[in-house]
Amino acid sequence: MQQTGTERVKRGMAEMQKGGVIMDVVNAEQAKVAEAAGAVAVMALERVPSDIRAAGGVARACDPRIVEEVMNAVSIPVMAKCRIGHITEARVLEAMGVDYIDESEVLTPADEVFHLKKDDYTVPFVCGCRNIGEAARRIGEGAAMLRTKGEPGTGNIVEAVRHMRMVNQQVRQIAVMSDDELMTEAKNHGAPYDILKEIKELGKLPVVNFAAGGVATPQDAALMMELGADGVFVGSGVFKSDNPEKFAKAIVEATTHYQDYELIGKLAKELGTAMKGLDINQLSLEDRMQERGW
Amino acid sequence: MRIGILALQGAVREHKRMVEACGQEAVAIKRVDELADIDGLILPGGESTAMRRLMDRYGFTEALRESDLPMFGTCAGVILLAERIIGQDEGHLGKLDITVERNSFGRQVDSFEAELDIEGIGEKALAVFIRAPHIDAAGKGVQVLSKVGEKIVAVRSDRHLGISFHPELTDSLVFHRYFIEMVQENMAKEVLA
Repeated sequence: MQQTGTERVKRGMAEMQKGGVIMDVVNAEQAKVAEAAGAVAVMALERVPSDIRAAGGVARACDPRIVEEVMNAVSIPVMAKCRIGHITEARVLEAMGVDYIDESEVLTPADEVFHLKKDDYTVPFVCGCRNIGEAARRIGEGAAMLRTKGEPGTGNIVEAVRHMRMVNQQVRQIAVMSDDELMTEAKNHGAPYDILKEIKELGKLPVVNFAAGGVATPQDAALMMELGADGVFVGSGVFKSDNPEKFAKAIVEATTHYQDYELIGKLAKELGTAMKGLDINQLSLEDRMQERGW
Repeated sequence: MRIGILALQGAVREHKRMVEACGQEAVAIKRVDELADIDGLILPGGESTAMRRLMDRYGFTEALRESDLPMFGTCAGVILLAERIIGQDEGHLGKLDITVERNSFGRQVDSFEAELDIEGIGEKALAVFIRAPHIDAAGKGVQVLSKVGEKIVAVRSDRHLGISFHPELTDSLVFHRYFIEMVQENMAKEVLA
């Protein structure tokens, strides 16, 4: 008997991506650059987050033509984003055969109360999180992979660091917590009790957790690995830089060899200018994508 | 015995856990010089294109082509071991006289788990197939160990074990024990030689 869409198959797919870099791409040409650089997957988008920010208006799921173009261009897995709570966008992406769906705060939410019930789908989902409450709720809904949110499209690593540190610190606290403290902890975080129990038993999250939102340099990618990320999403950082090909390769290598500082230094020397960054304090609360998701 | 796991990308941690559960020492291998200290090498699941690029960059491709180490490839790992890959001009390491087809069961929505019968092993093994390859043809000296329908999904030669799926995502130690026995046989042969 062959069973598709099981938790093991969905979570397992993310396990295979560990130690790798997933890159945002907007067409076939960029997808090929990412694949040649050693990306483990690409995220097909109409616009990278920094352009979404600049364009304003409503950001929806990518045009299916672009998703298809990217799927035809590369042999590595192709991910695509749907709006938070947009059941139909998700089902359409699933029907197209996308390998992973990101229910993403980078797009304008379709539902300001409910996320998707992700365990109903055969396709696996990745979701953003800033803390253990968000992480556990997304796992509870069926996310097979997490990524810390950071602040997308800024080229500023500060929020990614804040969120990765927060999640990992809270996981460590839960791991050593006594059983009788766990229910109150679940209440305080608005987190499903069963998921916290699983985290306590495993001593880690039950799914892979990548870093995202602000990675602009090889050093940024390596820093996130140092802080305990299982891998890295790079959005605007590659294709908004001076030399996307070199940046893509350097970020992949720095992620693998994140503690080989001599190598990272050498990689960084050849690169040219990274994407222009944004100070988080200049972003008003409503302009912060990380505030989306509940 | 020390079993290395190529740690450029992919399911390294899971294989480490399996090897240790078999009572052997497991080491993550990130540099070529570390190959000298191990008795067998696992090529884990991950993305074969990503791994190959990093292998080239750090001298692993050449070193592993020349190496006599017993090797065990799972999923992306069996693609690395194969002599021929459908749709590509050449294989990566060319260790196993087989032809593989990548993503041959479909995309992620077609990924599945199943219980397999394994040639020469009494117990069924739970196998997880993720965007898995299959072995389209196996040459002389390559023994077929398991199939899904008509598709070959597990093979071995003297020193190399190649499977399309992921035992490391299950609790089944069958394949890791099998490989460790292969490594032991190889070590015994080397002592005799």
